[in-house]
Amino acid sequence: MFHIFCPYCQEHREEEEFHARGQAHLMRPADPDNTSDEEWGDYLFFRNNPRGIHHEMWVHSVGCRKFFNITRNTVTYDILETYPMGEQPTITADSEKLRKEQGVQTADGGWQTVGAQPESKALNEETSS
Amino acid sequence: MTQSNRIDAGGRVDRSQVLEFTFNGQRYQGFKGDTLASALLANGVNIVNRSFKYSRARGIVAAGAEEPNAVVQLGARADTQVPNVRATQQGLYNGLVARSTNGWPNVQRDVMSWVGRLGGGFMPPGFYYKTFMAPASMWMTYEKYIRMGAGLGRAPTESDPDIYDHMHHHCDVMVIGAGPAGLAAALAAARAGARVILCDEQEEMGGSLLDSRETLDGVAATRWVEQTLKELAGLANVTLLPRTTANGYHDHNFVTLHERRTEHLADTARAAGFSGQSRARLHRVRAGQVVLASGTHERPLVYANNDLPGNMLAGAVSNYIRRYAVVPGNRLVLSTSNDHAYRAALDWQEAGRKVVAIVDARANPDGDLVRQARDSGIRVITNSAVIEARGHQRVTGARVSAVDLERFVVTGKVDELECDTIATSGGYSPVVHLSSHTGTRPQWDEALLGFVPGKVKGMISAGGVAGQFDLGETLADGARAGRQAAQERGFSGAQDIALPATRTRRESPACALYQVPHEKSALRAPKQFVDLQNDVTAAGIEVATREGFESIEHVKRYTALGFGTDQGKLGNINGMAIAARCLDRSIPEVGTTVFRPNYTPVTFGAIVGRHCGELFDPKRYTALHQWHVENGAEFEDVGQWKRPWYFPRTVNGKKETLHEAVNRECLAVREGVGILDASTLGKIDIQGPDAREFLGRVYTNKWAQLAPGRVRYGLMCKDDGMLMDDGTTSCLGDNHFLMTTTTGGAAGVLEWLELWHQTEWPELQVYFNSVTDHWATMTVTGPDARKLLSELTDMDLDRESFKFMDWRDATVAEVPARIFRISFTGELAFEINVQANYALHVWKKLFEHGEKYNLTPYGTETMHVLRAEKGLIIVGQDTDGSVTPEDLGMQWAIGYDKPFPWIGKRALSRPDTLRGDRKQFVGLKPKDPNVVLEEGAQIVFDGKQSIPMDMKGHVTSSYYSASLKHGFALAVVMGGRDRMGQTVYIPMTDGTVYEAEIVSPVFIDPKGERQHV
Ligand SMILES: [Zn+2]
Repeated sequence: MFHIFCPYCQEHREEEEFHARGQAHLMRPADPDNTSDEEWGDYLFFRNNPRGIHHEMWVHSVGCRKFFNITRNTVTYDILETYPMGEQPTITADSEKLRKEQGVQTADGGWQTVGAQPESKALNEETSS
Repeated sequence: MTQSNRIDAGGRVDRSQVLEFTFNGQRYQGFKGDTLASALLANGVNIVNRSFKYSRARGIVAAGAEEPNAVVQLGARADTQVPNVRATQQGLYNGLVARSTNGWPNVQRDVMSWVGRLGGGFMPPGFYYKTFMAPASMWMTYEKYIRMGAGLGRAPTESDPDIYDHMHHHCDVMVIGAGPAGLAAALAAARAGARVILCDEQEEMGGSLLDSRETLDGVAATRWVEQTLKELAGLANVTLLPRTTANGYHDHNFVTLHERRTEHLADTARAAGFSGQSRARLHRVRAGQVVLASGTHERPLVYANNDLPGNMLAGAVSNYIRRYAVVPGNRLVLSTSNDHAYRAALDWQEAGRKVVAIVDARANPDGDLVRQARDSGIRVITNSAVIEARGHQRVTGARVSAVDLERFVVTGKVDELECDTIATSGGYSPVVHLSSHTGTRPQWDEALLGFVPGKVKGMISAGGVAGQFDLGETLADGARAGRQAAQERGFSGAQDIALPATRTRRESPACALYQVPHEKSALRAPKQFVDLQNDVTAAGIEVATREGFESIEHVKRYTALGFGTDQGKLGNINGMAIAARCLDRSIPEVGTTVFRPNYTPVTFGAIVGRHCGELFDPKRYTALHQWHVENGAEFEDVGQWKRPWYFPRTVNGKKETLHEAVNRECLAVREGVGILDASTLGKIDIQGPDAREFLGRVYTNKWAQLAPGRVRYGLMCKDDGMLMDDGTTSCLGDNHFLMTTTTGGAAGVLEWLELWHQTEWPELQVYFNSVTDHWATMTVTGPDARKLLSELTDMDLDRESFKFMDWRDATVAEVPARIFRISFTGELAFEINVQANYALHVWKKLFEHGEKYNLTPYGTETMHVLRAEKGLIIVGQDTDGSVTPEDLGMQWAIGYDKPFPWIGKRALSRPDTLRGDRKQFVGLKPKDPNVVLEEGAQIVFDGKQSIPMDMKGHVTSSYYSASLKHGFALAVVMGGRDRMGQTVYIPMTDGTVYEAEIVSPVFIDPKGERQHV
């Protein structure tokens, strides 16, 4: 269960107080009447599903009722930052890639990671016991 | 039966407290401080279960959570049954009753053993895999025999008499395991000032120190345990949770603990003298730092017949002797790959029984413990291993031979040693389970010959689980971990704590030994068991690898290795080692296993806590609820609300049925006056200078011209053009509106409004607030509604001054009210809103004055019939998220020419929403007036078509109408609006095919005159 920092309440609260509301930073086309069916379909139905850093919108539904954004690693489940509506993330997949290319030691990737770099193909398989 | 295996001195049992217990119907005695397992061993009980697949006799193997065989059904009564209890973790109490989980009808002579004698032909390796790949009927054939023969525990047949609860904690440092590392960690963190929770799954805290041969500061290690626990118990910042298993380690350092509070004392909490207290508790801990000090599990060796009762883990033998004063046999052969296991032989000999030999796989073992054994006169056979156990229902001998581990062959002559117990040790596996719950993968440590926890943010592993096997180093490691965890939490004053002095021992290195070679191949030798609970053999794993299953995860699914309730705690690494040998790879190349919560089974009671019975889900009552109860209402759940469904009367001594009551209620509204408690409708107060603009964007219809005092019905779509909610919104003032929503949609609509305001249009000045509970709503409807209401209000209710779709402030029965002239019945109707706590007064006044009009209370069922007769939709019943306002024929409520591109508008011109053959909303009139169609029934155009028929629509609402005197239905039908008057067919599962005519969905008063009177 996540421990989420609400940027409005300014404190960590339990996941039970929040609802996930899908991908963040979706832009509703400004002039829908002059948007093609394909563009409108993209806006309605198509979402990113990245392995790694992802930006999601959440709402503090039984708290302050405010919507805000989360930068989350979908592999480690680490929440890297939360920020209010209207702001842009400081951490993105591109920024992390750049840091790696420049040889900057990145954070260990989160609450759960390390096994994320498997030593063999077999280790890479999703498993359960 | 006497406790023939109990020795007179030593152990941590209280011999003055004799406890009676029953196992498989037989009565035994044990002592306070025993576990069920130690008491069974004390009484010489060899067989505790029959194995799952081959029905072989099985005895106790281990002394802790890793026990695969001694899994019992606990409970003296039908209502106190607990399945899947490990006897090794169950404290003994007076009157305890337990039975074997497997082994119908009894473990001694099992009718299922014919399965075993068929040599596994019944369920060969890959049985599950192949069975599930086959048509499902295969499994149906086998299932009943398997379930009957090899029970998997029985659910209680009566309600649990006990209560359970949950507790929520925040702490700085959560220490899991109270062995040497955990105790030192807790002490270090606690002294630094951190809030510490220390939990341990055993009956007593102390872990390996409780059966240790070591001294601390020159005295028994248990002394240091006592002192440390005393100090910790005295600290206000420390919570000690014994008998508490950390069962799950979840995201962001969230740990779930299962505390057994009275299960070691009696069958129920009440019987234990804890009336009103919980039997078990689930602690939900959000930890700043976790110190994982879960220790190790010893690995058994895999050799032929290693499942016979009398084959045990070396450490378990020591544990039973030193902690419980129980020697589980007379003549011991120890087979080992390491020094540490020698303790078992020394303990056995000191207990006064015969150690036949220690068989060591290493060439030149030379550590201090090895010397001590030799000095004590114990025969040590090197370069060798036990290759096979002999015996029928108990070990009677051990076949021992020299082995070449490199070539995996037996090299010498085989000797048979007479013995009744074979203890084995193949090394120690860190208990990495919890760390892998988080998703991290354990890392193979070649020096250690085991997996250690992967790195987890916020977790420090210490002691055995981190690969520290030396006691002094384990204590130091624990203290360091506790100090570091406290520092991470900002307790910078953390200092070194003084640790007790330990003896340093010289140890010769362990060798890698998992499966022991046999003279015959694995496939021809007697069975060599890897997973005792699931009857997985070395041969089975070999077969799996031959059939091409190369990843351990595939091998596991093929053989069911590790799929038991013990999650293969003993067998997984041996299984991986065997697969690795067969595939000629290293263990980490074959893979690793990922363990899932829960570490050991958790009772449903603890998971559920107090969320059962009355507290299962919150209930919402309207302000008028008590009146409804007193007037005999039957209730219906609508979301969390309890709504009156109908109000049956007793006529001639007989209570009306639903249909009788509904027919009467419907006619009362159509012919006289009825009243409905509509308080549950969602109500959202909307204010701000941009409120009107906002409404125009979220509703499909127009709001610019709505004047104060007027009401409008609105449709709300998602941006895909599909209807999501409907309701009326009233203009209370230029900047002030009151929106109503469906009962079930209230919370969702409020969040929807917030979503669009906060994310798309933050520039609009508008505010939303739920006022659902603030107002009670009473709908007075029917031709006599005006006459009745006029007796209670001074307001002018004249049809010209108070028109349909008007609202006014007024007083009703001297209570300030808002009256809305809106109708969901098609009749003249007034919806009276008053502050909720005045509602009962107003309601009763209406009935006082309503008696002469035969004012009739009605419930949701009548409301549904009345609105359906008028063709009014219910969102979620007549719609399902794929229906547009156009599909419903509600073009009149769509403002295509509004300036702002409102939500849903663009999607209504997508090709799919413009299709002419979309399902459209229509009425259905069954040809037989007595037929009431089934809601959800499919509609076809050709009633004689063979199956599969072309489904062209479905029935969404269907009732009998007392006013029309026939059944009628609402439906969605492809291209339905162009098919008025046509006949459609509704085929039922019993072969009946109903005929119905497509008609307008408005069955009564199509011109809408009655609501305007
Ligand atoms: Zn908040």
